[in-house]
Amino acid sequence: MIRLPLVLGFSAALFAVGVYGVLARRNAVLVLMGIELMLNAVSVNLIAFSQALGEISGQVFALFVIAVAAAEVGIGLAIVILIYRNRETINVDEVNLLKW
Amino acid sequence: MTAAETSEALATPNWFVDHTWVIVLLPFVSAALTLFLGKRTPGKGPVYGILAVGTGLVMSLGVLLRFVQHGGGTYEGSIDWFRVGGFHLEAGQLVDGLTAVMLVVVTGVSLCVHVYSLGYMHGDARYTWFYVALSLFTGAMLNVVVANNLFQLLVGWEVMGFCSYVLIGHWWEEHENSSSAIKAFITTRIGDVPFLFGIFALVFATGFETSNILEIGELVEGGGASRALVATAALLLFAGSIGKSAQFPLHVWLPDAMAGPTPVSALIHAATMVAAGVYLVGRMFAVFAAADPFVLQTVSVIAGITAFGAATMAVVQDDVKRVLAYSTISQLAYMVAGLSLGPEGVTAGFFHLFTHAFFKALLFLGAGSVIHAVHSNSMREMGGLRRPMPVTFWTFLIGSAALAGIPPLAGFWSKDELLAGASHGHPVLFVTLLVTAVLTAFYMARAVMLTFFGEYRGHGHPHEAPVSMTGPLVALAGASLSVGFLGAPQLGAPFGQWVFFEQPHEAAFVPWVAALSTAGALAAIAVGVALYRRVREPDPVLRLGPVSTLLVRKYLMDDLYWKGLIRPIRDPLAAAVYWTNQTVLDGIVNGAATLAKAVAGLVHAFDLRVVDGAVNAAANTAGFTGGLLRYIQSGNVQRYAAFLFTGVIVLAVIFTRV
Repeated sequence: MIRLPLVLGFSAALFAVGVYGVLARRNAVLVLMGIELMLNAVSVNLIAFSQALGEISGQVFALFVIAVAAAEVGIGLAIVILIYRNRETINVDEVNLLKW
Repeated sequence: MTAAETSEALATPNWFVDHTWVIVLLPFVSAALTLFLGKRTPGKGPVYGILAVGTGLVMSLGVLLRFVQHGGGTYEGSIDWFRVGGFHLEAGQLVDGLTAVMLVVVTGVSLCVHVYSLGYMHGDARYTWFYVALSLFTGAMLNVVVANNLFQLLVGWEVMGFCSYVLIGHWWEEHENSSSAIKAFITTRIGDVPFLFGIFALVFATGFETSNILEIGELVEGGGASRALVATAALLLFAGSIGKSAQFPLHVWLPDAMAGPTPVSALIHAATMVAAGVYLVGRMFAVFAAADPFVLQTVSVIAGITAFGAATMAVVQDDVKRVLAYSTISQLAYMVAGLSLGPEGVTAGFFHLFTHAFFKALLFLGAGSVIHAVHSNSMREMGGLRRPMPVTFWTFLIGSAALAGIPPLAGFWSKDELLAGASHGHPVLFVTLLVTAVLTAFYMARAVMLTFFGEYRGHGHPHEAPVSMTGPLVALAGASLSVGFLGAPQLGAPFGQWVFFEQPHEAAFVPWVAALSTAGALAAIAVGVALYRRVREPDPVLRLGPVSTLLVRKYLMDDLYWKGLIRPIRDPLAAAVYWTNQTVLDGIVNGAATLAKAVAGLVHAFDLRVVDGAVNAAANTAGFTGGLLRYIQSGNVQRYAAFLFTGVIVLAVIFTRV
């Protein structure tokens, strides 16, 4: 039985890595991957609390999160591809047409 | 006036007596109408004044009719003007025989002057304005005549002073004329100040309750005021008369008042202004009668000096109007002398005022007609005018004879009554007046000879004046011929039934006085005719050495006033006023300007620094803040996300704490 704080610590680390990826990376694909990491951290949390509290609904939420993450990645990658086709870059710094 | 007599008189007023105040208001209304509508009226405005004064004359005759029918009586009516504490000021009318006679004189002469000015002032630059002042002048005099209290009288008195100033200075473009106007105004004003104090003294005597003339008269007669107070008040009132009626030593303004247009001279000298001074003494005679005999003696002395002095100065004048001016002073002194004889002289004094008004107006208007024809005031440039100007000649001759006291013309009866009065116990005054009468006859003979006889010495071709000018002359000549009989003892002297003090006056006829004065006048005329039948150079009256010099220089009175009073007062005063003006007044004005400038500077600085500063600061702050915030809005999604996460962390910390 893994102790809850360890799992939460792992989850927090994973989330932090995801945040870093979203904020620091310039490559849109890697930003998306950061978002995935954050979502997975959330899922780990849900499952950890579900296990700790003996409550099954947390695991159900985790399934939903996975489904949402799949859809999100699908849309996200589609946007990235479209941007690349239009701008020949996927560097998020240069995607600034909505600025001003 | 006792209560019984008053109530008896109240029973018999007629409509005109009840409405005497309308006569006073009419000229004021016409003055206002002429002022505001005159220039837009056909004929430029005289129509209002002539209508108003004409109506006034008709109504005045109506008022006089009541006294002709019923004899003496006093009718008073008033409304409250205002009250101050216990003091009660009325606006009202006091109508008795004296008022009625004066009303007829004022409106009659004023009407003649109004009509005469149609011709004389024709084409004048300030024609309409002239008629405004004429009407106002007439109205003011009527107010003096009708007033039932001293303050109302004072109002008319002062308005007259103003009008005389305006009219004497009518042709102000010449400096001499405006100086004469100022001289007349200031000289009469010197008399007005004591007059005002006299009014205060009488109001004080009533305990500050009223200025009503009848009430003051009752109070004084009843011994309700101390002897000293009554005597002081009488002397102060007489000082007002000295100023207005041009008595010695304030007579100097009147000859210079000849600077005004001639119709104005006629109005001032015959009906208004100078008559007001005599009228005042007559109206307030209760005060003079109750005062110490010393007061009337003073009046008598001044009248004697004035009558004789003015007559002698009239002898040497070259200006025809100045002859008449000095004559007026002399004749006014006659009237004052009559009043100084006491209650029995009042009728005689006013009878002379009454007759004098007509023939003196006639003489002035006649002189105006001559001046109009020859364009000069100097008798050196006249002569022989009887042929081209017959109407003027005959009317002027009638006026001169009346003034000289030739029977049976108006002046004879009034002058004779005065002399008869003075012959009883006033020997010095009697002799003075008799000599004056002789001198009067002489200088009038001289004036007539120089003007109408001999050869014409002027320029151009003089011709008779228009009908508007000769008409009044004929009317006044008719009056000069006839009004004397109103006071003729042989005809019952009805005048004495109208104008009297306390009891109706019985005119006395003293044959030796009448014979003496007539003989003196005729002899003087004979001398005058003999001396001036041919032109002599220099004038015989100027060959008397120092006497002539003294007379020509007006007994040095003008020099004395000029050197002794005017220069010592005026020059430092002018310097002081100049200094005050330059230093104090300009200082104040400049100081105010500097202060305003400083305040404006402060306001400017405040505006620039504070107000603008606040606005700019607000703008700059907004700009600066915007500039700062601009860095956040980088368009960099990741930075936005970083803020988002920072916010989440902050919120998480806050909620954890909570």
